[in-house]
Amino acid sequence: MAGRNGNETYVPEGIADEFTQGAPASGEAPRPGGRPAAPALGLVGTLRWVWRQLTSMRVALMLLMLLAVAAVPGSVLPQRNQDAARVIEYLAEHPTAGEWLDRFGFFDVYSSVWFSAIYILLFVSLVGCILPRSAAHYRALRGRPPRVPSRFTRFPAKAGAVTDASPRDVADAVAARLRGNLTWLPTFRVDRGEEPARGARPAAETVSAERGYLRETGNLVFHLALVGLLVSVATGQLQHYRGQAIVTEGRGFANAVVDYDTFEKGSWFRPQSLVPFSMTLDRFDSEFASDTVAFAQARDFTAHVTVTEPSGEQRPEQIKVNHPLVVDGAKIYLQGNGFAPEITVHDAEGEVAFSGRVTFIPEDTMYTSRGVVKVPDVSPGLDQIGFVGYFLPTAEATEDGSVRSAFPQPVDPLLVLEVYTGDLGLDDGTPQNVYELDTASLEPALDEQGQRVKVLVRPGETVDLPDGLGTLTLGEDLPRYVALDLRHDPSLTYVLVFALLALAGLTVSLFTPRRRVWARAYTGPDGSTVVEVAGLARGDDAGLQAEVDRALDAVPGDARPPDVPETGTPAAPATPDRTGSEKD
Amino acid sequence: MELANLSVLLVWGAATALAVALVAFSIDLSRLSGARVEARDATRERVAVGAGAVADAPRDVPPADAAPVNRRFAGIGMSVTWLASALLLVAVVLRGIAAGRAPWANMYEFTVVGAFVAVTVFAVVSTRRDVRFLGAFVTFLGAIFLVTAQTRFFVEAMGVQPALQKYWLVIHVGVAIVATGIFTVAFVTSVLQLLRDARDNGSPVLGSARWGWLDHTPAPAALESLSFRLNAVAFVLWTFTIIGGAIWAEDAWGRYWGWDPKEVWSFIVWVVYAAYLHARTTRGWSGSRAAWFVVAGYASVLFNFTGVNLIFDGKHSYSGL
Repeated sequence: MAGRNGNETYVPEGIADEFTQGAPASGEAPRPGGRPAAPALGLVGTLRWVWRQLTSMRVALMLLMLLAVAAVPGSVLPQRNQDAARVIEYLAEHPTAGEWLDRFGFFDVYSSVWFSAIYILLFVSLVGCILPRSAAHYRALRGRPPRVPSRFTRFPAKAGAVTDASPRDVADAVAARLRGNLTWLPTFRVDRGEEPARGARPAAETVSAERGYLRETGNLVFHLALVGLLVSVATGQLQHYRGQAIVTEGRGFANAVVDYDTFEKGSWFRPQSLVPFSMTLDRFDSEFASDTVAFAQARDFTAHVTVTEPSGEQRPEQIKVNHPLVVDGAKIYLQGNGFAPEITVHDAEGEVAFSGRVTFIPEDTMYTSRGVVKVPDVSPGLDQIGFVGYFLPTAEATEDGSVRSAFPQPVDPLLVLEVYTGDLGLDDGTPQNVYELDTASLEPALDEQGQRVKVLVRPGETVDLPDGLGTLTLGEDLPRYVALDLRHDPSLTYVLVFALLALAGLTVSLFTPRRRVWARAYTGPDGSTVVEVAGLARGDDAGLQAEVDRALDAVPGDARPPDVPETGTPAAPATPDRTGSEKD
Repeated sequence: MELANLSVLLVWGAATALAVALVAFSIDLSRLSGARVEARDATRERVAVGAGAVADAPRDVPPADAAPVNRRFAGIGMSVTWLASALLLVAVVLRGIAAGRAPWANMYEFTVVGAFVAVTVFAVVSTRRDVRFLGAFVTFLGAIFLVTAQTRFFVEAMGVQPALQKYWLVIHVGVAIVATGIFTVAFVTSVLQLLRDARDNGSPVLGSARWGWLDHTPAPAALESLSFRLNAVAFVLWTFTIIGGAIWAEDAWGRYWGWDPKEVWSFIVWVVYAAYLHARTTRGWSGSRAAWFVVAGYASVLFNFTGVNLIFDGKHSYSGL
């Protein structure tokens, strides 16, 4: 494995690397003691030193913790990309602190310079570590299992037996068992060998085997997949577009930038990626629980739509929460719904000054919905009229005299409006929020007690406006509207694939055992064959002894536990020696 | 409604059973503490000797010179723990039937199922190895979870809003609960590791006879190994939770990731445990330093569950409170 730094070895998650410590760092000799005196380095030396530090495990660890800490403020402070209104509110409440926080990007934490710096450094560190390791692993993949050690005594797992089969047959059988049944995916990579007699030891047939290459493979796949994930997410951000539109029943919209109420896009967005289909909302259905336990809790929302492809082909579709509609690679989500009652205003001269559907935005779960009507087109010489108020699907008077809705469905609908007259401020061309009435230059209509007049209208009714301003009619039908969110992100598949690759790599790297097993078979003094097997694992490995025993089980012939002690060492016990496996 | 009420009663029953198990496990530990003071010294000596060759330190065996301690109370604790696990299983199933959906859609249900997983993971692990020393702590946390759920998080069994009506509710939340349960057991193990480590290193507070039971827990290296295995499993499950959540969010909220407070804290949990896995393999950071990462990670898990649900205003506001 490539050392990340002279005095540390980067090893896959969770592995104390017993085999590979001391393996040379990729191309460079490890530098014992690590940190050289800085002044003597020169520019190149300094850069190399910085690079070493950056790709060292300790710095990676620090960056990880820093990333965790840096993510916290984004959950505590309001964020612009989630709720811009709350950010403005916060800034108003905390003018000084807010300004400073804003200056340092605390309301856009996840796109702030410091947050980006941390994760970019982390990814640089990761790449700087993973690439040399990939090269080292590639070489290791082509390597062979290490030679049989001369003595098995100090290994954590060992076993032995005596049999009447020949040493060659024994070694072949053990090797076959270690390879496993799948020829295309052997459990162990196995080398068979022979060693000549040396000193007191007779010539022997040997097996050396290693398993768990997948562990490092998984580890590398995991880290590389994270890089892929980051790149995919970034690409998606650059190419995506997203638009929001409010559509009322019976009406439609076309997939074009101008047809959206709001539209945002990445820097690499090209208008060609907007496929020009159009869509009509035929009907909107909603269901709410009416039992006492979950009273008025939403149960189902369904938008029935007709999609018209650019070819002219039409087809009916449904959009539900959790079930977006996919049209030409773009996903259309049902993000909200409410009532858009038809309101008609006649001015004092009896002319139609306003007629149209007005979107009322629900403010609570009972659909107490707020809306604004601006009537600039009154007959010449008259004051412009503005209305602000609530639509209540099921009106209920509360004790303090106000009204609110008691159920989300239109059981007893009522429209409650306050009336303003004056200059709506629309004529100078400044863009205005259609959901807000700027009352700065408007006068509220008051009754004799000086209270604001509230106009109450039920569907199908026409009421007179105060001060002879005219009349207001609420349509008999109560059309529903849906808030649709259309999003196109070409990187989704890549994001998913890399995320799943990371998961797979992680799982393999954490749960693949990394083991080495060696066996030696030779003819003992009494003419029978002596077999010794030893195992070594990376870190703790509860299954190591079982692996060794399994290899020994393969010994053919009339195998029995050994009774002759190994030269100069205690006899390997006949029953599996559990010292190694018990130490987890 | 009757099934739902029965479910609530069963949860109270399980909480009681866990309290009984807690008492039994505590008696067991105190008996171990009082077993003999020399036993402790002997153990310490051996640990000091074994430090060079940790591999040879036997574990799961009481100190050689200690009189065999009667572990009858640990046995009682184990049986009652199994009983609690069974009661919780029935309670959870009944709750699911009463609500007509997977029984983990709000904070109350998440807590009850989480306690069930923690207690059951402990009980199942104990069939494979002797982890009775964990009993008092796991049953304590389980009982606390259940009582908090019953008294603070309770909501009636009912259906769910459209955003939750998807099979991902079963997968995403189910896996999150299992991960949380395993993190809990791993956390207990790491805390024991830290305590034991401090005692072995001559901490003045933990050195007293009152903490003698610590000598009957496995060596810090063995505790660390157990904690790692549990954390590794839970980390993979947590990774899956996040990926599954992202896939679901893509369908439900129109984006796979949006730094919603719950997403932020799930990310923090993931990063802290990732740091833990890296720390384990970094020289100078393994052992008890790595265990502190588990403590930090579990603190994030708890905050992600309680703080984020109750304090922050985000899209994961499903506590029903």
